[in-house]
Amino acid sequence: MAFMSNNPQLNQDGELQHLLTIEGLNAGMLRHILDTAESFVGVSERDVKKVPLLRGKAIFNLFFEPSTRTRTTFEIAAKRLSADVFNLNISASSQSKGETVLDTVDNLAAMQADMFIVRHAQSGAAHFIARHVAPHIHVINAGDGRHAHPTQGLLDMFTIRHYKKEFHNLRVAIVGDVLHSRVARSQIHALTTLGVPEVRVIAPKTLLPAQVERMGVQVYHDMKQGLKDVDVVIMLRLQNERMRGALLPSAQEYFKSYGLTQDKLALAKPDAIVMHPGPMNRGVEIDSDVADGKQSVILPQVTFGIAVRMAVMSILAGN
Amino acid sequence: MSLPDAEVLLQHMAQQLQPFITERSALVGMHTGGVWLAEKLHPLLDQGMPMGTLDVSFYRDDFGQAGLHPNIEPSSIPFDVEGRNIILLDDVLYTGRSVRAAMNELFDYGRPASIILAVLVDRGGRELPIAAQVVGVTLDLEAQQNIQLNRDEQGALTLSLHEKN
Repeated sequence: MAFMSNNPQLNQDGELQHLLTIEGLNAGMLRHILDTAESFVGVSERDVKKVPLLRGKAIFNLFFEPSTRTRTTFEIAAKRLSADVFNLNISASSQSKGETVLDTVDNLAAMQADMFIVRHAQSGAAHFIARHVAPHIHVINAGDGRHAHPTQGLLDMFTIRHYKKEFHNLRVAIVGDVLHSRVARSQIHALTTLGVPEVRVIAPKTLLPAQVERMGVQVYHDMKQGLKDVDVVIMLRLQNERMRGALLPSAQEYFKSYGLTQDKLALAKPDAIVMHPGPMNRGVEIDSDVADGKQSVILPQVTFGIAVRMAVMSILAGN
Repeated sequence: MSLPDAEVLLQHMAQQLQPFITERSALVGMHTGGVWLAEKLHPLLDQGMPMGTLDVSFYRDDFGQAGLHPNIEPSSIPFDVEGRNIILLDDVLYTGRSVRAAMNELFDYGRPASIILAVLVDRGGRELPIAAQVVGVTLDLEAQQNIQLNRDEQGALTLSLHEKN
């Protein structure tokens, strides 16, 4: 193992072995994933929505934290690649019986697993598993704590490119709870890597990480200033427990200051698109008129998520 | 060895294809060379004939060894495959594996009434029971030789021969 790369995501040839975070991947790699996803979009529109690429491969959805949409889109993606998918809700089984994460992984590897899709409440969980597994097994991070959610970041980039064509001339605003958001971190890394010249974060001070500027973003605390002339507005989910943790006064107060309404959206460019990773809190971070409005691309994000996950799975499996 | 003129071979192919054309025909070019051929043959055959393109990367049998091709183009079949007489176009017919992959992909769009295969060059070396109905030229090449179709900026097609490393 003397030639092991420093980046735990790459194999000895410098190819993607795992997808754990967007941080450290270059623009060429990100574009390759987006380009490959482009070819998978058509597959889902055909009579037979399947290609034989991963036929006979065993993919395990290891969800230590509940999720419906992400797990389902990974499952659909794997099935459209003809893989066999197994969904494990670990919180409800092994862990309650005291089995460690690595014992769970070892047991599944003994059942000839080829790929693990990992969601865990703790940052670094997917890295931990990736370091442990045999070299023929691939790991995809489907969200770890506050750290990263790379496939969400990639599907957001796919969506932006689909509507805006290029990255180098865009102004993008990410609004809301950046502090607790693995989605925001993955988006910021992806946007800056792909050459977006102006990435803004808009949030109250209590919902921003310390020194967030170091990630290459401009900080705004006021929606009216932050949304001015942007091409893309990305709303983040506000989790209800933040209200209890004394970070915010109330959902109503938050909506008044940081909820996206048609009035506030009017400050962005007329052709600006509105994105949200879901699930939405209508009336908290986004008004229903905007969520269902003609600038919203929230449902296309879900559709593109399948093609992007098909691309990531097939690139990894081929390396 | 002097190679034939690709543009002349294309004219021969157009003549050979005429008897196969029906009102349910459709042209399908395989990326990349087959798409170039389809674009050139389309005006010589029947302007009204629908045309599509296939990139068979998701259907290749060497994914396990070679992984995913780095440059994949989206397949585009903008017509109903069901009941069509498909004319499948590729630049070079060699092992037959790409053609098998293309047929598998086509059937995921629908059930064609028939498929015929038209190629610019048949270089022998088949590994599967696949044959072309229309052939521009048959060349007997060694395993280490690689024949390639090229397109210049004006859109002119030429053949070139390379020795594999």
